[in-house]
Amino acid sequence: MSGTRLSLAKGLNAGIRAAMDKDPKVVLMGEDVGTLGGVFRITEGLQKDFGEHRVVDTPLAESGIVGSAVGLALRGYRPVVEIQFDGFVYPAFDQIVSQVAKMHARSLGHLKLPMVIRIPCGGGIGAVEHHSESNEAYFAHTAGLRVVTCSNAADGYWMIQQAIASDDPVIFFEPKRRYHERGETEIDEGGTAELGLYESRVVREGTDATLLCYGPMVKTCLQAAEAAAEEGRNLEVVDLRTLSPLDLPTIMESVQKTRRAVIVHEAQTFVGLGAEIAARVQEECFYHLEAPVLRVGGYNLPYPPSRFEEEFLPTLDRVLDAVDRSLAH
Amino acid sequence: MSDNEVAGHARSRMEGAFQPSPEMGPTPPSQIYGHFSDENPEMVQFVDADGNRLETNETNAPYAKIVEEMTSEDARIIYRDLVLVRRIDAEGFALQRQGELGLWPSLFGQEAAQVGAGRALREQDYAFPGYREHGVAWCRGVPPENLLGMFRGVNHGGWDSNENNFHLYTIVIGNQMLHATGYAMGIAADGDMATGDPDRDAAVMAFTGDGGTSQGDFNEALVFAAVKQSPVVFFVQNNQWAISQPNETQFIIPPYQRARGFGFPGVLVDGNDPLATYAVAKDALDKARSGQGPTLIEAYTYRMGAHTTSDDPSKYRSSAEVEIWKEKDPIKRMRGFMTERNHADEEFFAAVDAEADEIAVRVRKACQEMPDPEMATMFDHQYTDHHPLVAAEREEFLAYHAGFAEEGGQA
Ligand SMILES: Cc1ncc(C[n+]2csc(CCOP(=O)(O)OP(=O)(O)O)c2C)c(N)n1
Repeated sequence: MSGTRLSLAKGLNAGIRAAMDKDPKVVLMGEDVGTLGGVFRITEGLQKDFGEHRVVDTPLAESGIVGSAVGLALRGYRPVVEIQFDGFVYPAFDQIVSQVAKMHARSLGHLKLPMVIRIPCGGGIGAVEHHSESNEAYFAHTAGLRVVTCSNAADGYWMIQQAIASDDPVIFFEPKRRYHERGETEIDEGGTAELGLYESRVVREGTDATLLCYGPMVKTCLQAAEAAAEEGRNLEVVDLRTLSPLDLPTIMESVQKTRRAVIVHEAQTFVGLGAEIAARVQEECFYHLEAPVLRVGGYNLPYPPSRFEEEFLPTLDRVLDAVDRSLAH
Repeated sequence: MSDNEVAGHARSRMEGAFQPSPEMGPTPPSQIYGHFSDENPEMVQFVDADGNRLETNETNAPYAKIVEEMTSEDARIIYRDLVLVRRIDAEGFALQRQGELGLWPSLFGQEAAQVGAGRALREQDYAFPGYREHGVAWCRGVPPENLLGMFRGVNHGGWDSNENNFHLYTIVIGNQMLHATGYAMGIAADGDMATGDPDRDAAVMAFTGDGGTSQGDFNEALVFAAVKQSPVVFFVQNNQWAISQPNETQFIIPPYQRARGFGFPGVLVDGNDPLATYAVAKDALDKARSGQGPTLIEAYTYRMGAHTTSDDPSKYRSSAEVEIWKEKDPIKRMRGFMTERNHADEEFFAAVDAEADEIAVRVRKACQEMPDPEMATMFDHQYTDHHPLVAAEREEFLAYHAGFAEEGGQA
C-alpha cells in the first residue's frame, strides 16, 4: 500500500493494525469497537483479524473502560481505549486525571502506564449535544498526561503507532469531521515516521504572519492561507500536532520569522490552549512581535445546537479577519 | 444508654431507614435477618466471641474443610499477624499524635478481616488496597515502613508494587476496584488461570469499605468482572461507618446480597473471626484461580477507632456501641480458640508480644529517620520519557535556588 492516499479514518485503522501486528500486548477496548468497528469504523476489521481477546467490546461504562485498562497496563498490556465521543469522556475523567496521569510518578517510576485514550473530537458534523466538544485543555492542564492530535491520514497512521509505543499515557484526539474526507497526504507504510510524536510541523511556509492550529483547524487555516495569498498575503501555517508538551521551539521560530501570530482552535478561547500559547509567545518573542498575539476560537458557550455551529466554529473568514487585525498594527 | 437500648441500636438504625410497603414486593432478606447484627444466619462464623468453635451449620459447612485442615502452625501464624498488625497500626497512630505523620487511617478492629484475606492470597496473586489495608500489606510481606512515606508526606506511596504484588494505596475511593478487575482480565488473557498448576493460576483481590460500595467505579468493576468472568475477589470490609455515615446511608440491600444481581456469589462473613475470613477468602480465591469467576465477600466488622486521626467519632456514634464490639475482639477470640485447642502455650504468646515491641521500635525509628526528599526530585519520574516543560522548570528551579546559595556565599 506504499504511497496510498487514504482518509484519516483508514490511516488510523492501518496504524492501529500495524501496532497490533508488531506487539501482541497491544489490546483495544471500548464500546462497539469489535464487531461494529467503532461508531466511526476506526477499528473496523480488527476484531475479525486479531480476535476477541485483543479487540474487546466492553460494557457501556467509561470509567470502567479506562479503569480496567489501567489494571491491564499494570499487568503488562498496552491498552488502546476508544471513547465513543468527546462528550462521554467525563465519566472517565476521574480515572484519567487521578490515576492514569499520576501512576508513574507516585510509584517513583516503578510503574508504567503505557496506554492510549483515543477521543474523536470537535464539531462540524451536525451532531446532537455532547458529540462535538473540544476538551483538550482539561487534559493538557493535567501533568502526567501527553496530549496529541492528528490532522491528516499520514499523521494518523504514524502518530497512533508512536502513541501506542510510548510508555507514557497519551490522550489522542482525532478530529472527527476530518475522518472521512478524501486523503490529500500519502501514507508510505514501508517507510518511517517523518516526525516524532511531540514535534510540530510547518505545513505551509510564509512570511507575513503565523497561523498556529491543530486538528480540524489545520485544513481551515490552509484554506485561509490560500485565500490570503490571492490578496498578496503570505501566511505560514503550523500544525501543532502535540498539545502537551507543546513544541515551543517550532512555534517560536515561526513567530520570530513572521513577527505575527494568530492561534486558531475550535475550543472556547477562555483558558484554552491558545491562552497558554499566547502567554509563551509573549514571554519569548516580545521584541520580535509587531502585533499582539490573537486568538480565534469557539465562543465561550457550551457547544451550541448544530444549526448554530457554522457560526460558532472558527471559519475561514474569521481567521482572515484576525489576520487583518494583526497586520493592521 | 442502657445495654438493652444499645443492643437494639444497630437494628433500629436499619428499621428507620427502610419501611417496606406491600407494593414493593417481598421484603428484602436483609430486613428479615437483620443484616446489621451479627445474628444474621447467613453470616459465616467458626468461633464465637470467646473463641469456642461453633458447630458446623448450613452457612459455614462449605468452608468447614478449609478450617479443619488448618494446623497449629497456621493458627500461630495468623495470631502473630493479628498482634503485630495491631501494634504497627497503634504505632502509626502514636506517630501521628507526635507530629511525625500528617495522618493515619487506623485498622484497629479490622485485623481479622485483613489477615484472613491476606493469608489466603498466594504469592502470584495481586492485591489492590484502599488506604487502610496495613494488615494485608503485612501479609504480603510489604515492610510496614513503606506505608509511612505517604502519611508523612515524603511521597505518594513510592514502593514497587510488583515486589510483593501489593499495589499502592488508593485514596480516591473506588478507583482501585477497576484496576483490580483490569489486572484480573490480564491474568485471564495471559492464560494464568484454570491451568490446574497451583504455582501458576493467579487471582486478584480488591479491597474497599462499606462506603466504597456506593461508588460508580465499584459497581462498574462488578459489571466488568461479571461479564468477563475475571479472576477477582471483591473484599468489602463493612466496618459500618464511612466517616460519619452508617450503613443505611449507603445501601438498602447489603453488599453481599447485591453481588447476586451482578451475576456472581456474595458471601457474608464475620469479619472479626479470623478462621472464617481466611476460609471464605481462600475458597473464593481458589474459585477465581480455577476459572469460576468473581466473588464478593462482605466482612462484617467494626472500626474501633476514629476514621483517621483527623476524625472525631464522638460526634456521630455512641461509646456504648464501641463497648459491644470490644467484646468481639479478634485477637481475644483467636487466643481463646488457640488456648482451648492447645495450639500454643503462654511462652508463644509472650514471644509474639515481645516481637511486637521490637517491630514498634523499628517502625518508629524508620519513621523518625525517614529523610526529607531532595527538592529537585519532585521533577523526577513525572514522565517515562523526556518532557521539555518538566526539564525547563527543573532547570529554572535549580537556577533559582543556586541564586540563593551564591548570595549566601558572598555575604
Ligand atoms: C471519591 C472519594 N470521595 C470522598 C473521599 C473522602 N473520604 C475518605 S474515607 C471516606 C469514607 C470511606 O468509607 P468506607 O468506604 O466505608 O471505608 P472506611 O474508611 O470505613 O474503611 C471518605 C468519604 C475519598 N477519599 N474519595
